[in-house]
Amino acid sequence: MKVLRSFLNDFVDISDISYKDLADKMVFVGNEYESISKISDSTNLVVGKVVDCKKHPSSAKLNICKVDINDGKIYQILCGAPNVKAGQKVIVAKVGATLPRDIVIKKATLAGMESEGMICSLYELGFEPKFLKEEDIEGIHVLSDDAPVGEDAIKFLGYDDEVIDFELTANRGDLQSILGMAYEVGAIYGRKVKYPDTSYKETNDDINDTYKLDVKTDNCMMYLGKKVIDVKIKESPKFIQTRLIASGIRPINNVVDISNYVMLEYGQPLHFFDADLLGNKVEVRMAKDKEEVTTLDKQKRILKSSDIVIANDKVVALAGVMGGLDTEINDKTKNIFIESAIFSPSLIRLTSKDILRSEASMRYEKGIDPNRTLLALNRACHLLEKYADAKVLKGVLSYDNTNKEDKLIKVSLDNINTVLGMKLTFEEVDDIFNRLDFKCKFKDGVFEVLVPTRRLDVNIKEDLIEEVGRIYGYDNIKGVLPTVSIRQGSCSYRQSFIKSIRRVLNGLGLNQVITYSLLSEEKSKLFTNEFTPVTLLDPISEDRKVMRNSLLASLLDVFEYNYVRNMKSINIFEVGSVYRYLDGYKEEDMVSGLIYGDYIVNNWQGSTIKADFYVLKGIVEELLNYLGLNNRYSFKTDKLLVDLHPNKSVCVYVDNDLVGYMGCVHPNVLDKEVYVFELSVEKLLSKKVRNIKHKEVSKFPSVNKDIAFVIPKDMNVGEVIKYIKKVGGRYLINLDVFDIYEGDKIEAGKKSVAFALTFQNQNKTMSEDEINHLFNGIIEEVEKNLDAKLRTF
Amino acid sequence: MEYLKNVDLESIGIDRKTLEKEISSLSSIKDVNELKVKYIGKKGIITELYGKMSSLSVDMKKQMGINLNKFKTEFTEIIEEMIKKFKDEELKQKLENDKIDVTLLATKLNIGGVHPITKVIDEIEDIFISMGYDVVEGPEIETDLYNFEKLNLPKNHPARDSQDSFYITDEYLLRTQTSPVQARCMDANEKKGPIRIICPGKTYRRDNDDATHSHQFTQIEGLVIDEGISLAHLKGTLEIALKKLFGADREIRFRPSFFPFTEPSIEVDVSCFKCNKEGCAICKNTGWIEILGSGIVHPNVLKNCGYDPSKYTGFAFGIGPERVAMLKYGINDIRDFYTNDLRFLKDFNRLEGGEQ
Repeated sequence: MKVLRSFLNDFVDISDISYKDLADKMVFVGNEYESISKISDSTNLVVGKVVDCKKHPSSAKLNICKVDINDGKIYQILCGAPNVKAGQKVIVAKVGATLPRDIVIKKATLAGMESEGMICSLYELGFEPKFLKEEDIEGIHVLSDDAPVGEDAIKFLGYDDEVIDFELTANRGDLQSILGMAYEVGAIYGRKVKYPDTSYKETNDDINDTYKLDVKTDNCMMYLGKKVIDVKIKESPKFIQTRLIASGIRPINNVVDISNYVMLEYGQPLHFFDADLLGNKVEVRMAKDKEEVTTLDKQKRILKSSDIVIANDKVVALAGVMGGLDTEINDKTKNIFIESAIFSPSLIRLTSKDILRSEASMRYEKGIDPNRTLLALNRACHLLEKYADAKVLKGVLSYDNTNKEDKLIKVSLDNINTVLGMKLTFEEVDDIFNRLDFKCKFKDGVFEVLVPTRRLDVNIKEDLIEEVGRIYGYDNIKGVLPTVSIRQGSCSYRQSFIKSIRRVLNGLGLNQVITYSLLSEEKSKLFTNEFTPVTLLDPISEDRKVMRNSLLASLLDVFEYNYVRNMKSINIFEVGSVYRYLDGYKEEDMVSGLIYGDYIVNNWQGSTIKADFYVLKGIVEELLNYLGLNNRYSFKTDKLLVDLHPNKSVCVYVDNDLVGYMGCVHPNVLDKEVYVFELSVEKLLSKKVRNIKHKEVSKFPSVNKDIAFVIPKDMNVGEVIKYIKKVGGRYLINLDVFDIYEGDKIEAGKKSVAFALTFQNQNKTMSEDEINHLFNGIIEEVEKNLDAKLRTF
Repeated sequence: MEYLKNVDLESIGIDRKTLEKEISSLSSIKDVNELKVKYIGKKGIITELYGKMSSLSVDMKKQMGINLNKFKTEFTEIIEEMIKKFKDEELKQKLENDKIDVTLLATKLNIGGVHPITKVIDEIEDIFISMGYDVVEGPEIETDLYNFEKLNLPKNHPARDSQDSFYITDEYLLRTQTSPVQARCMDANEKKGPIRIICPGKTYRRDNDDATHSHQFTQIEGLVIDEGISLAHLKGTLEIALKKLFGADREIRFRPSFFPFTEPSIEVDVSCFKCNKEGCAICKNTGWIEILGSGIVHPNVLKNCGYDPSKYTGFAFGIGPERVAMLKYGINDIRDFYTNDLRFLKDFNRLEGGEQ
């Protein structure tokens, strides 16, 4: 809401207050502002008289003007505007003048001739073309004959007036009027609000004699109509035009401008119909489904049954949003029917969302003060009489179903002080209600406050407490800690579990990333065996349309981003939800990781470790071990995840439940060796893990023994390990594979796999015999169950 | 060089000059050991002299004993000294041979870090846990009922405009705020008694991504419900939290605002940590930075969740970890958080100085 200082000053005297001070004080009662500026932020502009104007000899566009600015000199200024003529009073930007859009005027040479300054158009003074008349867009602005040559042109035009652009909160519909602003400013500075003149003469004819009003819907709470005749359509007075432009509304003609001007004053939108085109029947009703109307912007609108319309025999206006083209005010309009009404805020909001957010609908959807509807109507009549020579018919066409009584709200002084945490006295609170112009009585510690209808946002005692707090100033509150019982705060087991996962993966060199939950449909299908998508009704773009089913597609995006930026090692993980629809919306936390490139780097010694399946496996195993799942997990290849390499990936099981996947990304998806894992946090969480119970470290010596088996080339080493572990049992405390050999010393199609085994007994030193017994048992078991032979050297 | 100066070498038949030459020509531990064997080894000269002592008279035996012992003691000292000398030399040589180029590059071991948003959330969680708050979470796919209606935002309320939403069906949407967790928590509290929680989580709004807007962002909601809770309590609590986040010298400032779920509603500013209220680019020359929205829980919200507003009041606040991180670390573009450039992420992977 843009508020012009002179406009506001008509409603509350602020002549002795700096506008910056006012803006800053408004912030502290809850009304922030976007900007404060003059209508035109420019300097060194004076009124000049064009004493001579000739065509430039070599440039078709340029005129050579001689301009008098009453400083004893005549200046030569080159001007390209088509409308410049000798004898005109014009706006002259002197050399050194600054104009909006960062323009500084310098002495210049144009087409070989010197120019000392510029003759300005309104556009150059900072006005947007949409607010300007055609001749002002095309050419320079011509001042009236009474303009004093040599004086400040900005001052003469009133463009040094200041504007504050307030950003209003959604509850303060009352501030969408200068009158509302005046009350707010009045409360801050303790000043009374002045109302404008609403008087006019009436003719002997009564509107009720000719018009018939029929309100057929409860969604119209009040409908008032007046008729004026014999209007003269012309340009509005300058001050109305300037105030409209400063408020962001384009001036059109005196009649249309007055309807907008009154709306700015009172916050009550008006609609003017050409009375001769409207006829004398006015009906307010809900639209029929698929009913049609062509609105002022010449668009044909198909209506819904939730739209409120004004109709005679057909629809003539979309109530509160936009008028119809058929009954529009035009150059030939003589007689006007003025509508001042109140409609259902939520329905206006609904209609305007589909059609247009107009100045009127913005006010309607936040509610209208029923005590202003008639005032605004009368004000419009007053102005039409004054500036459009209108004659006003007697009487008001009227339907009124509103309550115009002040609202009685009670609140105790104690309650105010308890909620605010202050110690205000009766006098202080009473003064605040007076400033707000709320009538109040104080009885037995309780304020009985009469809240005027203009404050649609104040309805319960908490609203009154807020009014007291904000006018008194929240800055006066001194912070204290609440006196509440001591309790232990904590996060849930689940949250600490996730924190542990983060810690382990950080320790293993993976950086946490956070990516978007919304993906393109195509990406959302990656890495998911059961695609049960959750899709947005109205996505913002195709890229952000479907809720993810896996975190891996997003991790690949992070990989690609970093890869093209020449990152040699990319080790990342994310903990976050995936979203599915399975008889209800399901959110499941996953932990997913990606490794690529150098995992540990030492190239000059040749000991760099590259990310591969075994590094990935190490990371996943370390994580599972940390989570207490040691000896409970296994890796299988039965239900591999799509989009992973079929021969370089596994399913991860814990206690025979599938908890996730790991492996190399399928070359169809990505042509780089990227390894990923994804585990379900929820499934890992569901596994009960025993508390730590320390077992004393064995005091007895351990014994190392090596063994090698020759097995078929395509046999998994895991098969052999399975039988070694089966026999070794709890005495086998460590197993390592230290060599895999294929070559001339071995039969073709076979490989030799050498294991280093460590045996130890918790309770005693193992004898040679015991160890040999285990050792021979292992050989026997492996050879019996597998196509394996002990390798002899 | 004068060895064995106090030993009567003649009396035990050893030529001083020869011995001195033998000692001074030693050049290795091996030489030393050979010399040791020659004199005091099992068959050494001195050992043999001891053997021959039995044939001497008592007086001579005594004198011989003294002389031999004296020789042996001093000779042994010399031997040990020489061994030490050669060992030192040998070690020195070995160390010399071990010499490496310490300026060569380290083996690069990586330690991962947490995302800056997580870092801020963790920090805020710790502050509030220490004040007795529980950390509570809720669903991201929320119902219109919890995301809006229970929070005093009925359908077609103009305040819904500022929270343009991603709907999945007419009823379900991606939550636009973490406030629904408040409502869920109050609803679930069967005793309808005091509550102290913070609720971190992801939220979504139908905004186009740019330097200051993100369709996905995080929020931390705070809620305290008890008897007699006031704005002064809100201020006291936020003072502790914001000082911890932005430095002990910070002040906070309350400005009136409007949120449908609080009444009164408060916008909270923190004094600029960069310029300390002098005015700078970060605080846009105002000395203050807008940091969070808060207020006293609206009685309709309490009622909607089964609480009696005449008995309980509460305060609530919502803080944006992205905004905190952007201010604290000087990040200019909110999209950086979701791009996950590793160079960006690694910048946050270290301990901060903080206040001692």
